[in-house]
Amino acid sequence: MAKIHVSTTINGSATEYLCDANQTLLEVLRDNLGLTGSKEGCGSGDCGACSVTIDGRLVCSCLVLAPEAEGVKIETIEGMAHGDTLHPLQKKFVEMAALQCGICTPGFLIASKALLAHNPNPTETQVRYWLAGNLCRCTGYDKIVTAVMDVAAEMRASK
Amino acid sequence: MTEIQYRVAKNVKDAVAHMVAAKGKGYVLAGGTDLLVQMKSGMREPGTIVDVKKIPEMVSIVEKNGSFIIGAAAPAAAIGEHKKLKKAWPGVVEAINLIGSTQVQGRASAGGNLCNASPAAASVPALVAAGATVTIQGPKGKRQLPVEQFCSGPGKTTLKNGEILVSIALPKRPKNASDAYLRLIPRTEMDIAVVGCGVSLTMKGDTVADARVSLGAVAPTVLVVDKAAKALIGSKLDDAALEAAAKACSDACKPIDDKRGTIRYRTKIAGVLLKRAAMIARDRINGIEHHGHR
Repeated sequence: MAKIHVSTTINGSATEYLCDANQTLLEVLRDNLGLTGSKEGCGSGDCGACSVTIDGRLVCSCLVLAPEAEGVKIETIEGMAHGDTLHPLQKKFVEMAALQCGICTPGFLIASKALLAHNPNPTETQVRYWLAGNLCRCTGYDKIVTAVMDVAAEMRASK
Repeated sequence: MTEIQYRVAKNVKDAVAHMVAAKGKGYVLAGGTDLLVQMKSGMREPGTIVDVKKIPEMVSIVEKNGSFIIGAAAPAAAIGEHKKLKKAWPGVVEAINLIGSTQVQGRASAGGNLCNASPAAASVPALVAAGATVTIQGPKGKRQLPVEQFCSGPGKTTLKNGEILVSIALPKRPKNASDAYLRLIPRTEMDIAVVGCGVSLTMKGDTVADARVSLGAVAPTVLVVDKAAKALIGSKLDDAALEAAAKACSDACKPIDDKRGTIRYRTKIAGVLLKRAAMIARDRINGIEHHGHR
């Protein structure tokens, strides 16, 4: 099968890959590029475990075709920490035990980061609706929502 | 097995040429939130995928003499961020912003919602109530259609071979006009409408000068309910007028029984939603805001 050549930017680094027309971006991230932080939960856009941003927009990478990434800027969970320095959301998730098994966590972190970029002062209801496309079967969501609200308050205070 | 082709269309003509060359096996890729799921489940097997997101007129939102032209592939999130559009057509924008999660909103489009042709599509009753028209381009040229004539049944559109949906136009708003969309779902988010209802009103003082009413998920295609609109026009939205319009909505329903709702329930709810949506549209005309959660 003739492969499609794609030039894109992932977490600030120029990246190239070869893919099939019907491969998803999630498959390429995980299987071709070894970026296994984005998880496959449902593969149908319901669970949010594969969340990434494309040109700043939050999307499910399982619902993006790999060839569509030509010329765009992708941010994945691998780009969230700087070396050993965790992003405030990552730190808070650890501190407050806003995770248990961890499968949904990369998606929640990416989605929460996108929320705070979009709305630095969300209400609890806004956090819950924004994150409604991220499913977690362990935490019951409360700790995640509290962690995001706390980080939002801290980020506002430090500005 | 013949391999799937992925084509990026440079302009609308190019997209049509790819669709014609695909001989009925072409699928337009806008946000992909339906298409990719359908490909995975084996429901659709494209020969060629035609990505239209590099065509400026298909992803932009343009205001022209008070009317708005929404590119068929413009992502729902971008539609929600368009302040002027939201002010003129709050019901339409709210309906489009009810499609799926934040992630889905980043990709899904009003055009895709229409082309998927689900009778329960969230945005379609609001577009129908708004009196939207669609622009379609095919190998034989361009044509326009009232949005309610676009779908012909569940999963079926009136697009002919090689034709694509280019844009959706919302007409210029007269003064003292607004709209509202409500859907009933068993949950508060991430669900499919049991019933959807769109209402567009123009008031003169406290009297309804013009109205359009539309219902979703109660028939094979989204309905225009002229009788309900007639019951509202000339009234002050008093109880008797609202009851008459609600009854007209219930009478228009030809729903199915399924896991989401029974025929009886859907028929009753159609009238309830009409009354509530009409009041929201009137509130908006009177400067009282109603917000969704996004």
